[in-house]
Amino acid sequence: MKTLYTYGWPESRRLFLLLPFLLLIFPVFSQTDSSAWLQRLEALSPADSVPKQLNMDAVYDRPFLQMGKMPVALGGYVEGNTAYFSTDGISEGFSFQLPRLTLFFASTVARRIKFLSEIEFEEGGREINIEFASLDIQLHPALNLRGGVLMNPIGAFNQNHDGPKWDFISRPVSATQLLPATWSNVGFGLYGKWYTGDWTLGYEIYLTNGFDESIINNEQNRTFLPAAKANNDRFEESSNGQPLVTAKLSLRQFRLGEIGFSYMGGIYNKFQEDGLALDRKRRLHTYAVDFNTTLPGIGAKLTGEWAWITIDVPETYGQQFGSRQQGGFLDVVQPVFRKKMFGWEKAVFSVVCRLEYVDWNTGRFRETGGEIADDFKAIVPGVSFRPTAQTVLRLNYLYQRQRDILGNPPASTAGWQFGVSSYF
Amino acid sequence: MQSIRTRYFLFTLCALLVACEKTLPSLPADQDLLDGPVEGLNGEQNKRFLAGDVAFNDQVFTGTTGLGPLFVATSCGSCHAGDGKGHPSTALTRFGQSDDTGNQFLHLGGPQLQHRALPGFAPEQIPVGAGFAKMLPPANTGLGFLELVPDAELLTLADPDDADGDGVSGRVHWHLIPAYIQPRPGAVEQNGRYITRFGKKAATYDLLQQTAVAYNQDIGIVSNFEPFDTYSGVELDPEISNQTIQDVVFYLRTLKAPVPRNPDDAEISAGQTIFSQIGCAKCHVPTLHTGPSPIGPLASRTFHPYTDLLLHDMGSQLDDGYTEGTAATFEWRTPALWGLGLSKNSQGGQYFLLHDGRAPSIESAILLHGGEGDQSRSAYQQLDDHQRNQLIRFLESL
Repeated sequence: MKTLYTYGWPESRRLFLLLPFLLLIFPVFSQTDSSAWLQRLEALSPADSVPKQLNMDAVYDRPFLQMGKMPVALGGYVEGNTAYFSTDGISEGFSFQLPRLTLFFASTVARRIKFLSEIEFEEGGREINIEFASLDIQLHPALNLRGGVLMNPIGAFNQNHDGPKWDFISRPVSATQLLPATWSNVGFGLYGKWYTGDWTLGYEIYLTNGFDESIINNEQNRTFLPAAKANNDRFEESSNGQPLVTAKLSLRQFRLGEIGFSYMGGIYNKFQEDGLALDRKRRLHTYAVDFNTTLPGIGAKLTGEWAWITIDVPETYGQQFGSRQQGGFLDVVQPVFRKKMFGWEKAVFSVVCRLEYVDWNTGRFRETGGEIADDFKAIVPGVSFRPTAQTVLRLNYLYQRQRDILGNPPASTAGWQFGVSSYF
Repeated sequence: MQSIRTRYFLFTLCALLVACEKTLPSLPADQDLLDGPVEGLNGEQNKRFLAGDVAFNDQVFTGTTGLGPLFVATSCGSCHAGDGKGHPSTALTRFGQSDDTGNQFLHLGGPQLQHRALPGFAPEQIPVGAGFAKMLPPANTGLGFLELVPDAELLTLADPDDADGDGVSGRVHWHLIPAYIQPRPGAVEQNGRYITRFGKKAATYDLLQQTAVAYNQDIGIVSNFEPFDTYSGVELDPEISNQTIQDVVFYLRTLKAPVPRNPDDAEISAGQTIFSQIGCAKCHVPTLHTGPSPIGPLASRTFHPYTDLLLHDMGSQLDDGYTEGTAATFEWRTPALWGLGLSKNSQGGQYFLLHDGRAPSIESAILLHGGEGDQSRSAYQQLDDHQRNQLIRFLESL
């Protein structure tokens, strides 16, 4: 699939996009990493060790490398894994994947004016996306302007999705198949933070381009917000001339952790064209709650997110396309060993577990009164090993059950994944 | 020492591999699934089966790929979960014909109600005065066998005038067929009409017609076979290739026949005996035969669908005031009973039986039989609880 920025380019030219970054990055591998980020990950309690950081800071909360006096700092991460899955006894065998290679570069244009961009190469370069490219202007810590390609702050994962930060190989299904992470759009808005004692309060509000009718007109055969990601025209113009509003309020307490409340909504359908009415305006509303905390004493880190979606689906559609959806995940990461291992001074070995649930169609059949299913449950236990803060090796076992809309016996899928993810 | 370590390593590796295999879901028993190909297909046929499987179960149409603008469903698989029977939410409605003079409401969207529509379009409504019937999607399994039953065998089973006086008088459905349909070898013709056998009213000749019409009437997809748009009535460019339609036809032809479960169980065997004793087998004929076919595993086979593919008078309770072809409104084609016990696995965990799913259990379906089924219903009511249970267990084993 071609993106806005590469559309029409021959394959060989697109590779040239990579070269400048690689040439810049390899010589600076030996440069010193400077960020507080490293200390945070080494402590493996990233949220609590830097009490004033919020999830919204994730985009800058990465290890950047700066070469000499160059005005640009560079960074990136890569993920690779192998998997062996079986669904109801049928397996496609082993597969090896390079799901993403991401490059980011940041620049301080002037005092309190900075720019950051994140370019992602997915599935070995089959997709190239600019996930983030925004200019931030700080008028006051509580009032910042942001404009460009930005990640809508719905839930926590969408803004904080770097592979090396997570101890699980797969991204949460609720974040990628219910919510459309990574969901970026062109737009602008405001954000800011206040600090008082142990408390940090943050807010974000953006107007962006947004969804289109593909969310109810797609090959998933269900209401499916991620279908809108295929429309790269959204980086050029809104599908209907109506802005998507995304807003988030976050609160962090030094000991308790962080909780966020977010909303994303707007009109998704093309209700008029050339001044002629095509349909009435149809809205979608997405609400999400996210949190992260570290349990005192045992040091287990909990990260979770839950989203509720309501969509005005045309009455002329069948119940295949749900008007209400919900889902979320809970990750538990329990460090077991935190010591020198295999020659790495501050290696950490953890046991982990993720619980996931998605209901793409909440409701009951008009014809029978029976429950509409179309849902998914999964448990993902595993272990992770961090030889350094930037790198994580992960071994996950996944067991999931997915029911069709009628609630027939679920398809059971299970399998093993092993992979590595590392900043570079 | 090195050798011991190597052995230990290999043993551990093997143990881990075995352990990993144990952590993966196992394949359900063949008898518990309706989908899957008939045994004995060659490599080329397996590829065609898989191509048809993808088109049938995975290809979802959208507004940009031809869906509608009026439609009933967005894909074949939407209505035939796991290739099994449909659910009331996937029922389709047909209207406009009450006798053999034809459908009087074709100009108002008949015979099929497209009750769903893309945004901006108005779905169809049942016209005032039009009789209608709701129909649940049937199971797909074993259709290739049913398609190959020679006309001569159906004519042998038919007894339109009840010459044997047993109260059962099934008849074949003589009906017109579209120009793109090639009559099967040995087909019997009568005044330009052929014996049709698929559908609740046995008004469809073969699986090609069934598939092309379903794409057109259910999904709003025009093809070289059915080129007229259900919304505008205008002939349009094909929205699906002949190849895809033929792949789906091949898929439907080569879906396996349902496998009976525990046929040697004494209670089930007793139920089978009761089934014949009370006359069910007069219409739900246990055994049929296929004729010649280029698909080896389907050719010249004996199989057990429990249908005679004939039209029968089912009484006033099942007369919805709608029909097709030359069938009467109270006539329905005998549905095959194979796979009946697995119906719940495609109907959301409960039974929705008879043509529109009105029967929530096998017993209630039996008790709704009238007309030619009246004697068997009465005989069933004379059975004691144990015998009824044996009969139900037999039916659920199919």
